[in-house]
Amino acid sequence: MPYNLKEVIANKPSRFTSGHRMCAGCGAPPVARMILRALKPEDHAVIANATGCMEVSTFMYPYTSWTDSYIHTAFENAASTLSGVEAAYKSMKKQGKLPDDKHTKFIAFGGDGGTYDIGIQALSGAMERGHDMVYVCYDNGAYMNTGIQRSSATPKFADTTTSPAGSVIPGKMQSRKDLTEIMEAHHLPYVAQSIAFANFKDLYEKAEKAIYTEGPCFLNVLAPCPRGWGYPTDMLMQINKLAVDTCYWPLYEIIDGKYVINYKPAKKLPVEEFLRPQKRFKHMFKPGNEWMIEEFQKEVDKRWDDLLKLEEMTNK
Amino acid sequence: MSTNIDKNTPAKDMTIGGNIYEAGNAVEFKTGDWRSIKPKYISEKCTQCGLCFPVCPDDAIPVGKDGKRTDFNYDYCKGCGVCAKVCPFKAIEMVNEE
Ligand SMILES: Cc1ncc(C[n+]2csc(CCOP(=O)(O)OP(=O)(O)O)c2C)c(N)n1
Ligand code: SF4
Ligand code: SF4
Ligand code: SF4
Ligand SMILES: [Mg+2]
Repeated sequence: MPYNLKEVIANKPSRFTSGHRMCAGCGAPPVARMILRALKPEDHAVIANATGCMEVSTFMYPYTSWTDSYIHTAFENAASTLSGVEAAYKSMKKQGKLPDDKHTKFIAFGGDGGTYDIGIQALSGAMERGHDMVYVCYDNGAYMNTGIQRSSATPKFADTTTSPAGSVIPGKMQSRKDLTEIMEAHHLPYVAQSIAFANFKDLYEKAEKAIYTEGPCFLNVLAPCPRGWGYPTDMLMQINKLAVDTCYWPLYEIIDGKYVINYKPAKKLPVEEFLRPQKRFKHMFKPGNEWMIEEFQKEVDKRWDDLLKLEEMTNK
Repeated sequence: MSTNIDKNTPAKDMTIGGNIYEAGNAVEFKTGDWRSIKPKYISEKCTQCGLCFPVCPDDAIPVGKDGKRTDFNYDYCKGCGVCAKVCPFKAIEMVNEE
């Protein structure tokens, strides 16, 4: 069935409720809520959530925003926790201890710190073992929950509390790790990169594919943080659009090794349009620092060109 | 399970392992008092285009079975302004909280 936003919202109740304590305008809740809407209403889910903003603000005793089963895991092991649950479920099904006609899906959520950094070993292991689960990284580009420390997902030059831009260093010194490509190197049946964009078709359809493709699947979703990025809270959807229109965050999916770029901007915007509204990049616009923007642009161009080549190569 | 706890609640009244047995009970926790500005819904201008439906972080835009939105749920709206900024028809205006 083709995607219809109104039908999805009207007929599939939210599985991530109001009353959570994430900041006003946070980019993560709309992402998590839409991903869960991709579940068939009759299916149940078990969610494992790595410590981070989403976990500490949605499951604060005695309240939960989740209507599915939910496990708070430590910072580093959402993937291993969930893989254990999935294995137990399979075994119980085999033993006839669970009804045949009811289905449970397994979804992990982790921040970029919990995924690109400390959780990568658990994630890699779970994916390689082939559990039937989806791991979703909501990437806000730093350890936001503990006060904006840099992670390996933080873009180069970003000003964070552990990469402070000043006269000694120009913000973060290293460029961003490409986790989506690392996950593709596991040769998974489905890997995708998405964002909350326009009518959320891209995100919904990728979530549906990831949840209902058998085997280990991975979604990497950029989820802006107004507090850590330093843009006005009402700009969430404009920032997301700039991220894709500048090709800073390409929307693509890899199905059994074949790359599909889902959105190619008619006019690729200069990356400074994405950088300018954000305080974490403010120093890049000071006279004398033009080289930072040039270098940033070069990196974006290179990664986008590589992606175009991969699409061509894998579809020959 | 009681959600009515404070610093004097004895540990024996808490659930073992901090388990929560009521799905989605965070709706009992109102976040509307976080707000300093609020969105005003101007229904005459609204075309029910749907663009604001999925963007609200706090799920404070009720959408009925008919696929149409109604007025904001101020029990939860934190006043971020994301909805107002995506509305192509200026049917949402941010105003000061009285
Ligand atoms: C082993 C361990 N180290 C440190 C922490 C403290 N800690 C909790 S959340 C967090 C950062 C989370 O960052 P990220 O995964 O990017 O999620 P975000 O808060 O940005 O959404 C840290 C460092 C912890 N809980 N466990
Ligand atoms: S600090 Fe950032 S990521 Fe965390 S809840 Fe606030 S806006 Fe969201
Ligand atoms: S102002 Fe923010 S929290 Fe309030 S309804 Fe609009 S999007 Fe939701
Ligand atoms: S975006 Fe504006 S016009 Fe569209 S449904 Fe929302 S309020 Fe109505
Ligand atoms: Mg983070």
